[in-house]
Amino acid sequence: MNNSALRTPHSTLTISFTLNGSPISLDVDPTDRLLDTLRYRLGLTGTKEGCGEGECGACTVYLDGLPVNSCLVPTYQVRGRRVATVESLPGARLDPLLAHGATQCGACTPGVAMTACWIIDHPDLLGSHTVRELLAGNLCRCTGYDGIVDGIAAALQARR
Amino acid sequence: MKLLQPSSLTDALAILAGEPGVVPIAGGTDLLVHWPTRPPEHDKTYLDLSALAELGGVRWSESELQLGALATYWDVIADRRAAQELPLLVQAARLVGAIQILTRGTWGGNIVNASPAADGVPVLMAYDARVVLESVRGREEVPLAEFYTGYRQMRKAGDQLVVAIRVPRREYTMQQFHKVGSRRAQAIAKVGLALTRSAAGWRVVAASMGPTIRRCPALERLLAGGVDLREPEALLPAIAHDTSPIDDIRSSAEYRRVVMARVLFSALREG
Amino acid sequence: MRRPAPPVYSPTVQRLEGLAKLTGRECYVDDFPLEEFLWGATVRSPAPRGRITRIHFDPDIEWSQFTVVDYRDVPGPNVIALIESDQPVLAPGYVRHVHEAVVLLAHPDRAALRRAVAAVRIEVAAEPAVFDFRVTPRPNQIQYGPDNILKHLRISKGDVERGLAGAPIVVEGTYETGAQEHLYLEPQGMIAALEGDVLVVRGSMQCPYYILKALREALGRDETRLRVIQTPTGGGFGGKEEYPSTIALHAALLALQSGKPVKIVYDRGEDMAATTKRHPSLVRHRTGVTPDGRLLAQDIEVVMDGGAYVTLSPVVLSRGIIHAAGPYACDHVRVDGRAMFSNAVPFGAFRGFGAPQTHFANERHMDRIAARLGLDPAELRRRNLLRDEESTATGQVIRDGTDRRAVLEQALLLADYDAKRAAHTRFNRSSAAKRRGIGIATFHHGAGFTGSGEVMLASRLVVAGLPDGTVEVRSANIEMGQGTLTVFTALAAQRLGLDPAHVRIAEADTARVPNSGPTVASRTAMVVGRLVERACDDLLRRLGAEAATGDAVRAAIRHWHEGHRGAELLGEARYTPPPGVVWDDVRYRGDAYGTFAWGAYVAEVEVDLRTYETRVIDFVAVQEVGKVLHEVLARGQVQGGVAQAIGWALLEDCRWKDGAMANAQLTNYLIPTSDDLPAIRVAFLETPYPYGAQGAKGLGELPMDGPAPAIVNAVAAATGADPCVIPLTPERLMADIKNAEHGTRNAELRQVGR
Repeated sequence: MNNSALRTPHSTLTISFTLNGSPISLDVDPTDRLLDTLRYRLGLTGTKEGCGEGECGACTVYLDGLPVNSCLVPTYQVRGRRVATVESLPGARLDPLLAHGATQCGACTPGVAMTACWIIDHPDLLGSHTVRELLAGNLCRCTGYDGIVDGIAAALQARR
Repeated sequence: MKLLQPSSLTDALAILAGEPGVVPIAGGTDLLVHWPTRPPEHDKTYLDLSALAELGGVRWSESELQLGALATYWDVIADRRAAQELPLLVQAARLVGAIQILTRGTWGGNIVNASPAADGVPVLMAYDARVVLESVRGREEVPLAEFYTGYRQMRKAGDQLVVAIRVPRREYTMQQFHKVGSRRAQAIAKVGLALTRSAAGWRVVAASMGPTIRRCPALERLLAGGVDLREPEALLPAIAHDTSPIDDIRSSAEYRRVVMARVLFSALREG
Repeated sequence: MRRPAPPVYSPTVQRLEGLAKLTGRECYVDDFPLEEFLWGATVRSPAPRGRITRIHFDPDIEWSQFTVVDYRDVPGPNVIALIESDQPVLAPGYVRHVHEAVVLLAHPDRAALRRAVAAVRIEVAAEPAVFDFRVTPRPNQIQYGPDNILKHLRISKGDVERGLAGAPIVVEGTYETGAQEHLYLEPQGMIAALEGDVLVVRGSMQCPYYILKALREALGRDETRLRVIQTPTGGGFGGKEEYPSTIALHAALLALQSGKPVKIVYDRGEDMAATTKRHPSLVRHRTGVTPDGRLLAQDIEVVMDGGAYVTLSPVVLSRGIIHAAGPYACDHVRVDGRAMFSNAVPFGAFRGFGAPQTHFANERHMDRIAARLGLDPAELRRRNLLRDEESTATGQVIRDGTDRRAVLEQALLLADYDAKRAAHTRFNRSSAAKRRGIGIATFHHGAGFTGSGEVMLASRLVVAGLPDGTVEVRSANIEMGQGTLTVFTALAAQRLGLDPAHVRIAEADTARVPNSGPTVASRTAMVVGRLVERACDDLLRRLGAEAATGDAVRAAIRHWHEGHRGAELLGEARYTPPPGVVWDDVRYRGDAYGTFAWGAYVAEVEVDLRTYETRVIDFVAVQEVGKVLHEVLARGQVQGGVAQAIGWALLEDCRWKDGAMANAQLTNYLIPTSDDLPAIRVAFLETPYPYGAQGAKGLGELPMDGPAPAIVNAVAAATGADPCVIPLTPERLMADIKNAEHGTRNAELRQVGR
């Protein structure tokens, strides 16, 4: 499909990494962002593109267990590392978010779910950070964030 | 696009020496912004530093903190000692952006991106940090306060790589960082201000107040002179001397000047 | 038609598609599996006005590999059918705004396509453009009618001149609001593909039948060869009301030309720059009052920036002027409204649809009146809020049995208004750098289309009984986050006494669902939800099972199918207006809406005098909405609307260059994050509206109306400044405070006689 008249030919490169717990190896174009690889190469469309500039967090995935914006990660940088996407989250974990109205239109939601679960998994952070502060990288235009914040609080409560 | 992924710093420096125009990439939080819509960027050669373990880390010694160029904001936030001893690093790191940025963005990247609105640079500068540069020609250190020579211009040759940042350990009697953005979380600074006082004297560093982040010599002299400031306006002449703010899509020059004076005045009042 | 109350299934049924959204399984337009398709892209005008002199295609590119479309490829009339057919699908040799679509390209490789877009250069012989809608255009700037007025509307009640002349005190004010970008998190996108002889368009949209009409007109293709299907829509807020017709047409033209499926998905920058925004406004008030605060006359002038094409500006203006005098009783009212042409990217539908702009002006003005009279702003409102049997500006007599003062009192109570005011006085005396204040707004919002609009829509909806005894609701109203699927399911389930699991909502596919109207104007739950109920009733009637419920209904449906193999069992409902609703569209008199929802919002703010930043530290939203259909969804609508309005009030500042957004990036156009907002406290009052589903009134837009004036009133209370322009950025507030300190007011307060 490449139009050689237009594009500098890129040699593809082969990378191996762990995706949602399973090893994977694939050829990627060096210009591909992790977001592109997940969505358009691997069909993992749960990860959304909201802005492409690292502002909205809809494309949040975990890289070695830390939340990152996959629109700002070149795919070649994940070689040898662990990537986890929203598809790895068990539905049952998301019940408190659902019950409190954490999702409306759903476009920001996979990213919100990733950050929310990360907060819920690291309650120690709440000694120095507020939930609202940790969630600030996930823009939501529908909920006013109350449903999300309440859902996280309920999940944290349930863990105790 | 051509991609080079060296496995050692030595290899990376050799590449930099041999291929002019190669672009080093670390966390990607600047270079990947709007990436698909910037095809000209796809035609460059990139040097991926992300696997170079020797560039990582937050290391304390007797006399200094050494940040590897690839140390992330999150690395510093997670470092308890930093919060106690060099708290402005942690404060600034937390204000850089969202968690998703903090886990990827690097201190070295913040320095070489050379944005006049950077958040990490002003606090490093107020702590008298030194930039460690390396090339096949050897090692060089430049005080961060002398590193920027103009808008996005640096004292760094094409073959040099920022490998570390050295921050001296000192007793501070005052240290403050203020970032005024358009929004509380993850906004680009409209006014940034880092302020320290130690045996080495006052350091006043302004961000988003000119083409580069820089120390403010007139303000530092004023404070060293121990003048009793009655009102924020008393700071304006020195601010006018030290800074050259502009009107842009984020704010106005007037706002920047006035607010810098008011924030600084209030900071000095509250000690 | 009264039936015994059916058993009520748990009203807290969870959002139906919620788990699919949380786990990323929900399939949006850009997630839709497609093979052998082309990406489509748009080449846009670089200039605000002028003749296209040349379109230069960079010869370095192998253009034969691209599908290229321009206006000559539009088979039918080159117009996007809407109110006026003035907007071309593709610019026919002349452009009226920056980013106007001129050429379309498609190619299998998206990166190659992006390079190609940059390799097309459009040259325009510039002509004088107009960018400031507030000033009278020069002759060479006239581009619409004799005066660039897109629409001029007037409301007149009583004799405003006489009312003003007889008023002991007249208070004036001028208020301005800025544009606002919708910023739905899912950018606009559309897929067009020929399936046999049928052109199928799928995408993110609010109004499938608007798109069908636009395709029919411009493609000259009858409806049997067109099909529009909504994909799960990641937010709309009005931004996906009319604009998607444009993208649908663009994708369709490329698909017809190439013979392949074509997908257009805007990236964020393109979406922000090229699509519609909320109309900027300027509103002038001249109000006669008695010394004890009774409104005697309201003279209001409303001017809105329509941008370069008519789009929906006439109806946005209409709703704006109808709400301009607020929820108050006043005998003499005149509202003069104009929507102006400018060479800006056209403005369009946005949650609230003109009402937030005029409510901002009116509620700021109420506080200015209160300040002038030395009255508590709450007391001024108490004295003027409509009572039953009093009438609005259009002469609509309100007799809905709701207590508008109770809405206000509830809000004041929840906000602890009186105690806060006293506490703020103390706080402001002791704090050097911070100022606190509390502000209120009382307002109303008419749900459904204005005037005779709902009658003209003639919405139709079907509930089908399926052979397995389940039912399917077929409507063109879509889910975009507001909860249509859940609410319709619950309404049908409750009406038929079924478990919600036995109700499904059909995909909004114009080949399968009747036209139940657009998903706009807070009409879905109230108006269309009522059709769901009535179609359920009709279904039961056809079954001869009016009194049946639950399993008996399912059995009756199955039994019907046994006797009518292969036939469809359809319960149907068509819109009928509530009795006694009369509207005169020429004189703008009468019942503008079947009903209004009422709100009273209280905002508490803290202003940092070092940085002039305003932080909302508490927010109370109380509203009378007839009936809450789903507690979690309703609360979410209010909290989300308030958040969006807080952004409009304080943060969201569209910066302009040549009539186009200069800050079309999320880095520079800032919307509130979780850390910028307080918890938003919500309470509902319920006086059922007999003609809405289960008594519900429209809710979606109401929360957009109140926050901006409540917040700015709070800032005024905190600082003593008199801000009249939003967004109230720190830069603006700095100037407002400076003005107040120098004793110069933005607009003059004038006392006329005594």
